[in-house]
Amino acid sequence: MQLRTEPFVLNIGPVHPSTHGVFRMRATLDGEVVVDLEPVFGYLHRGIEKLAEERTYSGVIPLTDRLDYVASITNNLAYVLAVEKLAGITVPERAEYIRVITSEMQRIAAHLVSVGSFLNDAGAYFTPFLYMYRERENIVDLFDMLCGQRLLYSYMRIGGVSQDLPDEFLPALRKFIPHMRSRINEYDWLLKENEILLARAKGVGILPRETAISIGASGPVLRGCGVKWDLRKADPYSIYDRFEFDIPTGIQGDCYDRYRVRVEEMRQSLRILEQAVEQIPAGEIRGDVPQLVRPPAGEAYAHVEGPTGEVGFHVVSDGSIAPYRCHIRAPSLMNLTALKDMIVGWKVQDLILIFGSFAITMGEVDR
Amino acid sequence: MKFERYGIGIAKGLTVTMRNLLRRRITTQYPEQRLTVSRRTRGNELVWSKEKCTGCATCAKTCPQGVIHIVTSPGEENSYEVEEFEVDTGYCISCGLCVEACPYDALYMSYAFELARYRRGELVLSRNDMLIENKQASAYFRPEISETLPEQELLIDRKE
Amino acid sequence: MMVVPNITADAFRHFAPVASDWPGNEWWHWLVFTVIIIVFILVMVIIFIYLERRIIAWFAARIGPNRTGPFGVFQNIAAALKLLLKEGVNPTNADILIFWLAPIVVFAPVIAVFAVVPFQDGALLKDLNIGILFVIAISSISTIGVFMAGWSSGNKYSMLGAMRMIAAVVSYEIPVVLALAGVVMLAGSLSLNDIVVAQERVPFILLQPLGFLLLFVGGCAEINRSPFDLMEADSELVAGFHTEYSGIKWAMFFLGEFGEMVVMATLIATLFLGGWQGPGLPPWLWLLIKIFIVDFVMIWTRATLPRVRIDQLMALAWKFMFPLALVNLIVTAIQVLAWPDALPLYVIPINWVITVMLVLLGSKLFKLGWGRVEV
Repeated sequence: MQLRTEPFVLNIGPVHPSTHGVFRMRATLDGEVVVDLEPVFGYLHRGIEKLAEERTYSGVIPLTDRLDYVASITNNLAYVLAVEKLAGITVPERAEYIRVITSEMQRIAAHLVSVGSFLNDAGAYFTPFLYMYRERENIVDLFDMLCGQRLLYSYMRIGGVSQDLPDEFLPALRKFIPHMRSRINEYDWLLKENEILLARAKGVGILPRETAISIGASGPVLRGCGVKWDLRKADPYSIYDRFEFDIPTGIQGDCYDRYRVRVEEMRQSLRILEQAVEQIPAGEIRGDVPQLVRPPAGEAYAHVEGPTGEVGFHVVSDGSIAPYRCHIRAPSLMNLTALKDMIVGWKVQDLILIFGSFAITMGEVDR
Repeated sequence: MKFERYGIGIAKGLTVTMRNLLRRRITTQYPEQRLTVSRRTRGNELVWSKEKCTGCATCAKTCPQGVIHIVTSPGEENSYEVEEFEVDTGYCISCGLCVEACPYDALYMSYAFELARYRRGELVLSRNDMLIENKQASAYFRPEISETLPEQELLIDRKE
Repeated sequence: MMVVPNITADAFRHFAPVASDWPGNEWWHWLVFTVIIIVFILVMVIIFIYLERRIIAWFAARIGPNRTGPFGVFQNIAAALKLLLKEGVNPTNADILIFWLAPIVVFAPVIAVFAVVPFQDGALLKDLNIGILFVIAISSISTIGVFMAGWSSGNKYSMLGAMRMIAAVVSYEIPVVLALAGVVMLAGSLSLNDIVVAQERVPFILLQPLGFLLLFVGGCAEINRSPFDLMEADSELVAGFHTEYSGIKWAMFFLGEFGEMVVMATLIATLFLGGWQGPGLPPWLWLLIKIFIVDFVMIWTRATLPRVRIDQLMALAWKFMFPLALVNLIVTAIQVLAWPDALPLYVIPINWVITVMLVLLGSKLFKLGWGRVEV
């Protein structure tokens, strides 16, 4: 027997504890069941693509920080890779290693935030969230040591990185890797097998493989569906082909798979960090790049595997000191297009959970 | 919830929270207890060396926000006199590009971070507010002063 | 000639406390206990909120309130003062009368429940012979207050939270009452004082482990404790039924909520942990210690567990706890019939084995429905 009630509209957001920024969902509910959902974007639109057109090539780097603000380094990296491709700049060996180290640190930090806020959305009253933030603090400390800020790093430069590693950086990182590994195990004890979490997340919000591929999903959302697609392996940028690591994948593409993929990716990142710390050579950290880069007219697209997915920058140059056009491929936005299909039929609580399992950052969605 | 494992997962979780209850907390009670920040701290302020500056205005050109205002006049012996040098730190995003761009190492990021003001106007720093004699410069992009600053306190070094 | 019965003596004979070491039946008894209960509730709520904030902070690797007074003990008094002085906002869509009445309806029953809770042998406001029934009946009234709040706020989040609350309380009342029935059978009385007296030899948690488990879980669900805090669900429904409340009206809800927690902790301590019984220390201190132990476990689970979904909440009540509670009741009944005077001590291991087997069997058979609905 189906009991039907009169559907009503519940407006979730733009200001709501679980919308991870200013995102609005217009959900039509039948009792507790979501029958329709209309995502509304644009509350955090700052026109970053347009702003990029009136800044010099290096002046755009601080802007890219503000896209996915929990993963600034990977945004920086994607942008500088695009400009380097455009201008044909080579990067010194040491700088490549530093880029890999910082990117992987950033991936761990961003996944910690995603996992923590996902578990917080599942209702585990702030405890896992704060544990994750406690571990993230270690990484943030290292970034602070490296580039003087804790969130918006602006660390990458065209042709290298802004400064060399301080002397105390690598010892601290070496100490951090085993610490983090043991902590990941500990947090797996906390909630990996928790019956309530399994019941809440397993089989909930399934994203079918075909849909995921056809909408252009990427990152843990795609890999959660069992697609082995990681740009670090599929199209190795920087020097990722030198490292040994696996691509964790999920089984059926539900919320739990996405959560597990993130946790496993943190382990893989630690593996990469371990290797990079061993291999890092001495040398220059910045190529011979002029203050004002003037790439030849043309266009280039570069992408990296960010924590949320494929971060891409399409930079068009007209030969001047500023990009003619700078398009940003934001993984969160692409992933979010699957939101409605995944949520319809589930309950309000699942809506929050499924949305949380994407781990989007509104700064990136709205740009 | 399917109790496939008869609640073992829940019990495991309870042990982890209990272990964390007994663990030392990492919180620092800010105004009383302070951590030493990074040597390369990009404080939201600029420090300026009057002697080294030639008034070339490279910093002003590099600034993505356009908050550096510099006016020069020709001085004696083939040099420029910096008449006005103003930075609106209210709009500054602390990216540090100006410090990197300075060809004469005359500009530094500030080491200070407690810079809240009551009025917007007070955020605009003029020439004399930024003099290196009165301010602590940070080692951001100036590794030569790195040793003079205290070492950063790291969370990873702290005892559990 | 008409016989005039001695009304005073007769009437009070039945109502008089079973008191042995407390002088009941005097006018000042009522006054003292009314005052004591109100003060007790308010003080306990403040202590509970403080402990909740402090301990949950420790669990979450934080420090918690530590600024106001030594160790932050005055934080809640400061918060209460702030709430008293705060503007009470009435939403435009609100049904004002019900909106104002709801906090009172939520808070008043919480105080009333304590009328039958003994702090010492016979030291209680009124030793009703229907003690437990009174507790169950009165504490359910606050549900109406919650629904009044959810409805009258004119907010969809509030309405959803209130609907969830009704569903949860109605479902969980049944296993909770059945779990209590086992205790009542063992003690042979509904009066809370008699139940505590009956635990002189051995606390009922040893004789009734399953009943304790059911009461604890069901109690958590009834008073909106995590993992069953769906009706407030800060990450989903903002604040559930009290989203639109502010100032003193909100404070009343908060008082009511933590008051219910005090009630539940007291009930568990009284029924299963031996109430004021205990060696060495004064009886009221034993009761307090036991209340705080129960409170700590509640905070511990809140800090650890994620929240269940509404259909899982209902499934847990009806498919898992309800059958177990029935079996528990039957087993207890058989035992009470077999040993009418007092249960021998070797029943304890038998009951624990039965409990473990029942829980394992229940877990094996427990299945959840498919969460998705085709639309």
